[in-house]
Amino acid sequence: MAQTYRTMLVDPMVDNNPITLQVLGICSALAVTSSLQVALVMTIAVTLVTGFASMFISVLRSQIPSSIRIIVQMIIIASLVIVVDQVLKAYAYEISKTLSVFVGLIITNCIVMGRAEAFAMKNPPIASFIDGVGNGLGYGLILMLVGFIRELFGSGSLFGITILQTTNNGGWYVPNGLLLLPPSAFFVIGLLIWAFRSWKPEQVEEREYRIQSVEAH
Amino acid sequence: MPDKDNQTNQGEADFTPEMNPPDRDLPAPEGEVVQGGGFLRRFLDTPADNTVKTVVVALGLCLVASMVVSAAAVSLRPLQEQNAALDKQVNILQVAGLFEDGTDVAEAFEQFEPHVLELETGEFADGADVEGQLLDPLTFDDRAAAEDLTLSAPLDDDPASIGRQANYVTVYVLRNADGSLDKVVLPVYGYGLWSTLYGFMAIEEDGNTIYGLQFYEHAETPGLGAEVDNPRWKALWRGKELRTEDGDGELAITVAKTPPPQGQEYFVDALSGATLTSRGVDNLVRFWMSERGFEPFLERVRAGDI
Repeated sequence: MAQTYRTMLVDPMVDNNPITLQVLGICSALAVTSSLQVALVMTIAVTLVTGFASMFISVLRSQIPSSIRIIVQMIIIASLVIVVDQVLKAYAYEISKTLSVFVGLIITNCIVMGRAEAFAMKNPPIASFIDGVGNGLGYGLILMLVGFIRELFGSGSLFGITILQTTNNGGWYVPNGLLLLPPSAFFVIGLLIWAFRSWKPEQVEEREYRIQSVEAH
Repeated sequence: MPDKDNQTNQGEADFTPEMNPPDRDLPAPEGEVVQGGGFLRRFLDTPADNTVKTVVVALGLCLVASMVVSAAAVSLRPLQEQNAALDKQVNILQVAGLFEDGTDVAEAFEQFEPHVLELETGEFADGADVEGQLLDPLTFDDRAAAEDLTLSAPLDDDPASIGRQANYVTVYVLRNADGSLDKVVLPVYGYGLWSTLYGFMAIEEDGNTIYGLQFYEHAETPGLGAEVDNPRWKALWRGKELRTEDGDGELAITVAKTPPPQGQEYFVDALSGATLTSRGVDNLVRFWMSERGFEPFLERVRAGDI
């Protein structure tokens, strides 16, 4: 594997994106993308947690007994998430109220666990940190894209600033209420995956089965 | 990327500890220990799957992690409490319709007169001495009072599921420029589906018309019960009346699916998909506005005594 720090950081954005290619971390992507501001804070939180969790796990990797390695990873990740949650409550109280349970749920975000288990346990700390940050940013990129679409067409604004004046406020735009509800993120993420795979056909998975023609007897 | 330390490729290591060859449980060979020297070196050189080491690593990690977490929690607590206090003030301002983006909270909050209220009599008890505790409206802590044995009493009939009710609460009085009463802001709380909802209800100077109801702390389901924060639902409360006959009749306000027999002005439509949260809000509002809650005080408001 000819990976450089640069490819570790850039690969998870498009070529190996945790959401569109690996289809991980969908749950929180549904929940926190109804507004861009919340999506941005979630991106920063997940990027920091993935980066530092990977780094600390990598530092300890030769000392972690394999029988309890998942628990050890969970403890490191959970501690970081609690620290992030406390910092948010202290410095961004309003946003922490909006994010409510979802900051806590970073612990169960498969991306963090996935990078810890797949990369950090086998690679040195700096590389693990960059890989974690890259994956956090790849997750964040999709979050921001979905948030952009949902906030713009769902409430006619971006980062809370009105772009399309909605009819409620005397404008012309009739907002699409579905986009404010979590299920709409399924549609948007599905369409994004379709767009990514049309752009990069090598991301399309091979079929697990092949329809064969059988000669009639 | 080349794997720099091949001795610890955990991903490919044995998944079950039972599969470890027995010799891996033995300490590292004597020679290496002497070379490395020191207890730490010897510990680091012990194979990671050694039972003793597993226990030591687990305990050590837990110790470090708990120290980090508690350090963060303790050092950030003052800031968090400040935020929570500010948020409470913002909510009091909002429920009284005094808050807009950019309002100076501390300055706007000066307009309120905080008072400690004795619920049973409906009289202000500012500065009163209850078994050695001075009731100062600026520092009185409603939450602590509800748990304090001398300041609260257990409830037998407890529709709001709050367990104990404080005898004293802080209320906020807002006056017009000429000193006449404008609104009173009353603290209310009770159990919803998952959590206790803490909020404020603003009542107009007639002691019967609701100006607003707002919750500042709860943990109801986002999207369902948490819609108690939805501005459109909160707007339903404005102008509703607590009691029939301009306040002298029975308590009629209700959160329900259909209007009560007394009429639309006592009816707030329940939240769809959040039956239990709506029921909780109904219970807590009816409890706090009853004779056991603020009714003695509201009676005085209606009589123009405040």
